[in-house]
Amino acid sequence: MTGVKEVLGAVVAAPLGWLARLLDTPLRLWQRLAGQNGMVAFFLLPNMAIFTVFVLLPLVINIAYSMTTGAALFLPERTYVGAAQFERLLRCTDYTDLMTCQEDQFWIALRNTGTFVVLQVTLLIVAATITALILNRALRALSFWRAVFFFPVLLSPVVVGLIWRWILDRNGVLNAALVGMGMDPVNWLLERNYAFSAAIGVTIWAHLGFFALILLAGLQAIPRDLYEAAEMDGTKPARVFWRITLPLLMPNMLVVIVLALIRAVQVFDEAYVLTGGGPGTATLFLTQYIYEVGFASLLKNPGLAAAASILMGGVLIVLTLLQLALGRKNERKGKLK
Amino acid sequence: MSRVMGFLTRRKGGTGWDWTDVFTFVWLGSAVFIMFGPALWLVMSSFKSPAQLSEFPPTLLPYEAQVVTVEGYDRPLPLFSVTDEAGTRTLAEVRRVGTVAQMVDPENPTEVQRINIANRTPVREVGFSWGNYLDPFLRFDFLTYTKNSIFVTGVATLITLLTNSMAAFALSKYEFRGRGFVVVLIIATLMIPLSVILVPLYSIVSGVGLINSLWGVILPTVATPTGVFLLRQYMLTIPDELLEAARMDHASEWQIYWRIVLPLTAPALAVLAIFSVVWRWNDFLWPLIVLSRQEVYTLQVGLNAYAGELNVQWHYLLAMTVITMIPVVLVFIFLQRFITAGIAGTGLK
Repeated sequence: MTGVKEVLGAVVAAPLGWLARLLDTPLRLWQRLAGQNGMVAFFLLPNMAIFTVFVLLPLVINIAYSMTTGAALFLPERTYVGAAQFERLLRCTDYTDLMTCQEDQFWIALRNTGTFVVLQVTLLIVAATITALILNRALRALSFWRAVFFFPVLLSPVVVGLIWRWILDRNGVLNAALVGMGMDPVNWLLERNYAFSAAIGVTIWAHLGFFALILLAGLQAIPRDLYEAAEMDGTKPARVFWRITLPLLMPNMLVVIVLALIRAVQVFDEAYVLTGGGPGTATLFLTQYIYEVGFASLLKNPGLAAAASILMGGVLIVLTLLQLALGRKNERKGKLK
Repeated sequence: MSRVMGFLTRRKGGTGWDWTDVFTFVWLGSAVFIMFGPALWLVMSSFKSPAQLSEFPPTLLPYEAQVVTVEGYDRPLPLFSVTDEAGTRTLAEVRRVGTVAQMVDPENPTEVQRINIANRTPVREVGFSWGNYLDPFLRFDFLTYTKNSIFVTGVATLITLLTNSMAAFALSKYEFRGRGFVVVLIIATLMIPLSVILVPLYSIVSGVGLINSLWGVILPTVATPTGVFLLRQYMLTIPDELLEAARMDHASEWQIYWRIVLPLTAPALAVLAIFSVVWRWNDFLWPLIVLSRQEVYTLQVGLNAYAGELNVQWHYLLAMTVITMIPVVLVFIFLQRFITAGIAGTGLK
């Protein structure tokens, strides 16, 4: 291993070190001229410049953007329409029938995303909790088992989508297994409910390990002596779970749930590669709607896409604030101990 | 072996099988199958020929049809195992007309037999279609896609490490007006996802002329609030006395950053580097929007475009999916410990 490190050091660090030495003289001069504040500015500048241009500025522009219409890309060339884009998104003649909405695609995407969030997050959290509880049973080869669940987390969404598209194909291995067991093959990705379930299942498959890992860390932080005390009192395992494990895991659990919600609201890439939003609009989700209205469709309407993204951003901000508040509460509790 | 058995028979209390033991085994057993199975199936399928891929039900391993060179015929002929009234024998197919094939015995090539195709099965053995892997690089643009992906991943990670660590250094080791504001600003944007700012970001990237440029993919991703946050938290634990001592020795502020703080931040930098590599390699939505010309596609965008074609050539697509997966699998195998520690500690991904 040292060999590898030395080689890496020579290849990567040496030229960088040389560059850093080269920078030292002009920076010394700058330090003398501008003082410490000048150095602070120098250290902050690259990151904050990129951050301002590519994160903050878009955030601000987005609001202005959502109040304009037309196909022009740049803000000054666009026509101001006030809240018309939001009205267009939200107006329906009859709110019990989505097809009467002006932007029925948006409402369909909204409904799909809502259903997806509820089902996916529930199943994901249950599965992740079970997994974390099992991994916490002082198993041998824990790192191996952790790796088993964690493996799909690193795979790219495109790879995940394609792997499952191949498996769920009409002539794929899953149908072969069904036929082998004497059942009828299923058109997994071409029937609405199956495609929707597939999107849920595949995203759970891809992210289960991540959430299980955080919950496992929470479980491992529960003091062992609590369990020992319970055992000495002869407490039943079910009672131990409901009275010790679950309450003490709750803070972590809440954070994990909010994190899962934030992710689920933005669901896009795995589902997009898997089903492309189809069949029809069965798996059309909000992010895909924004992407298609903003960039992909023939009738591009960036203003409408911006308005939709602001509505989604609103939901995400609420969830984020919730998460920060929960995190702070946990921290305070931790300090009390 | 005894360790394996010891592991397999390990139980909760030691006396009898609790239902939780059974449940644990079922859960973990199916997990190995469900988590690793799909990727393994992908790898095995990627070595199959197009004909084999369209077979239903599919075979587990990739097979190749056996061919034989027969005297009197220019091209190699496919071999079949024939079973009919005359018994079982191995024949080579000359041509096929409808349901009847004209076949010859390789030992006796002059006598042509007419065989009903229902009575024969192809002779084949395990073989790998390496062409699935070679052709996309030689005949299609996948070499370019791979180069683009490596460029984006490498450059974005380097810039991320440099700019984020510089900003984190300033935010953790200096007192200045507005520091609190900058920190709050960064934390506040931690959770702003790309999907919320897609449209205006596109207009900005377009305004600076970076559409269809790899830099248009790189720049919006490098100023990660997550990275600054992670590094700052780590740098706060470095004692200020070290910096003071260096100043006594007339070290410049740049030297303090470069020679003292950066080396001490190495563990956090390693975590950020690993994450950045995985993030940038896997990025999809943003490259999909910025890159619309084939020659600047990254692997992820190229794969998606290839999968979206009317006639999906699965044999190439599966092989390229495996190629796309390889770097991440290597990271997983060698650096898994860093990643799991990073996630458990900070909850970032």
